[in-house]
Amino acid sequence: MKKTLSTLALGVAMAAGPAMADLVFPSLSYRTGPYAAGGIPFADGYADYFTLLNERDGGIGGVMTRLVECETGYNTEKGVECYESTKGEGALVYQPLSTGITYQLIPKVTADDIPMHTMGYGRTSAANGDVFSHVFNYPGNYWNGASGVVNYLLEANNGDINGKKISLVYHNSAYGKEPIRTLEELAKKHGFELSLLPVDHPGQEQKSQWLQIRRDRPDYVVMWGWGVMNQVAIQEAANIRFNMENFIGVWWSGAEHDVLSAGDKANGYKAVTFHNVGRDFPVFEDIQKYVVDTGKAAGAGDQIGNVLYNRGMYAAMLAAEAVKTAQEIHGTADITPAMMRDGMEALEITEEKMAGLGMPNFGPSFTVTCENHGGPGLVGVTQWDASSKTWSLISDFKPTDTEVIGALIAEDSGAFAAENNIESNCK
Amino acid sequence: MPDSLLFGTEVVLNGLMAGVLYALVALGFVLIYKASGIFNYAQGVMALFAAMTLYGIMVGQVPFSHLINAIFGTHIHHFGWEIPAILAIIVTVVVMVAFAWLVQQYIFRHLVGQEPIILFMATIGLAYFLEGVADLMWGSEIKALDVGLPQGGSFWIEENTQWLGMGNENFYGFFLDQLDLIATVIAAVLVIALVAFSQYTKQGRAMRAVADDHQAALSVGINLNFIWVLVWSVAGFVALVAGIVWGSKSGVQFSLSLIALKALPVLMLGGFTSIPGAIVGGLIIGVGEKLFEFALGPALGGATENWFAYVLALVFLVFRPQGLFGEKIIERV
Repeated sequence: MKKTLSTLALGVAMAAGPAMADLVFPSLSYRTGPYAAGGIPFADGYADYFTLLNERDGGIGGVMTRLVECETGYNTEKGVECYESTKGEGALVYQPLSTGITYQLIPKVTADDIPMHTMGYGRTSAANGDVFSHVFNYPGNYWNGASGVVNYLLEANNGDINGKKISLVYHNSAYGKEPIRTLEELAKKHGFELSLLPVDHPGQEQKSQWLQIRRDRPDYVVMWGWGVMNQVAIQEAANIRFNMENFIGVWWSGAEHDVLSAGDKANGYKAVTFHNVGRDFPVFEDIQKYVVDTGKAAGAGDQIGNVLYNRGMYAAMLAAEAVKTAQEIHGTADITPAMMRDGMEALEITEEKMAGLGMPNFGPSFTVTCENHGGPGLVGVTQWDASSKTWSLISDFKPTDTEVIGALIAEDSGAFAAENNIESNCK
Repeated sequence: MPDSLLFGTEVVLNGLMAGVLYALVALGFVLIYKASGIFNYAQGVMALFAAMTLYGIMVGQVPFSHLINAIFGTHIHHFGWEIPAILAIIVTVVVMVAFAWLVQQYIFRHLVGQEPIILFMATIGLAYFLEGVADLMWGSEIKALDVGLPQGGSFWIEENTQWLGMGNENFYGFFLDQLDLIATVIAAVLVIALVAFSQYTKQGRAMRAVADDHQAALSVGINLNFIWVLVWSVAGFVALVAGIVWGSKSGVQFSLSLIALKALPVLMLGGFTSIPGAIVGGLIIGVGEKLFEFALGPALGGATENWFAYVLALVFLVFRPQGLFGEKIIERV
């Protein structure tokens, strides 16, 4: 009898599903493996912001947040396993920090009615919310990044890069190939000559690519790298004495650890970005006080202000603001993943709001709509100063070529919708 | 001289240098396989561990500091002193000898007489364990290793080879990385030292005897345990050298363990039991992959080096399964 009652009690508990006492945020992180150096600061920033909200504000709307971390090792199969093992916890939003994992999760999150945020990575055409109902990539995507690079080069050349030679050194993967189509279109539009130089995983050996750059003498080199590929490329560029002022990377090739190995020779290297850099923001004082000094930091607390820490923190802030929006829309603090999706689709980030959060001018102002899940795609440029070992934002967040990008997004998302018989999400 | 010939020559020279770097990693595999019949999957991770240890010692990092801080609530990270590179290298060698003793004492001593596949599986386990220990001990962040090795293209070579272009505006002289040149010298010294050690020292001869026949070596009073510790120690030293060279190029980080992938085709080609084979194999792979990329890479979409190295090795395997310098496989029925 006792055994029967116990079994019954367990059955009732399981049928009741996950308790809604917490707002659950899975963190599909990678703290091990060849890409750990990039994964760790992002995961720390993501975790520390939610800890800050719990410690300082008592959660979001009075409900505590709970981070569920799962190690993916930047491996797509492990990432999918992490998704399957954490979604039952009541996960509100996934941020897999991997384009490979993102592609695998798109059909899954749509079927499970859980939103996914792929900020600055993933499937670019997911910006079309009419097709990708559960995927968001605000405030910027890869094609904004590619266009941002070209816009910067246009500015540096008084609006004329006709006949210039630009080499793209890219990670030979789905991620690295993302900007090619956009750059090809922009090459046609602006008349520059684009050459493609793929680098195989992990990118420890790039002699062939850089010997070719030395032979071809391009005016500019653009990098779309991740992991050790970034450090080796910057070192090889220094080795062949390529002018660092003419070397510019995407935002995944522009962190401190990418340039430190090359020492002084990396001075002047640039990278595009969709958020600000450095630790001169009031929010970091709060993180120091409520999270680091109280021993609750996810890491050693020494990553604050680093590019990827800031990005992780920014991603968490955008998730938290979407929760607040969802709570307002649905009039409840205990939101579901479906409500979270609504909150993300109605998210509005203003400079006033950012300043109130202790992050003035940290990122662009934008509004998400049902049709536009990608935000405005404003891109800034950062530059590395080897003497002070700091990145600095050297431009405002500026618009990218929406004419070219919009057409490509419409084409790619249209093909996806046709293949998968997807009807309009925004009718 | 035509452009293609000049650039082709430059590619061959750089391929030779890259080959030397691959051979540095392959040497460690050869040493252990030759003496104990173990294909040491952990060789790449040993290079990573050795380089991380060297860096940690140089900058005075407290080992396991994150773990200590998490358990005791402390905030210790550094001892507050720094050690010159040469002294740190010596201390790291001592650590690698201790590592060799531990590996022999707690793993392979208990697996004597087991099938090669069991020993191989043990090294896989060792690789992942060691990677985890390295992470706990020294942290996952990228470490900018600077032991004073010069880097960057050699101005002298560039200037003194420019005349080969005979006025060709597209030719700027040959590019050769100073670090690659230093690595070549280091590899040459290492090979000479290893050959001299195995030929002219008592312990070296004992190593060769063990490699030829364990039972016979045992019967003449050679201490197998000691020899295996010695072999793992030498392999640890070779791993340290490889870790220093590769770590100087890209910073010391976890992807360093993947350099083992570059050594595999070298071993397939050069043979698992020959030190000169590792060098010659490395040179052939280095030149082969670079020349192929230079000649056909653009037509094939680039990034051909990783797979072409294996294709090249496979072609050699078909005609000579034991590799160029490997011992001929004779099965007596």
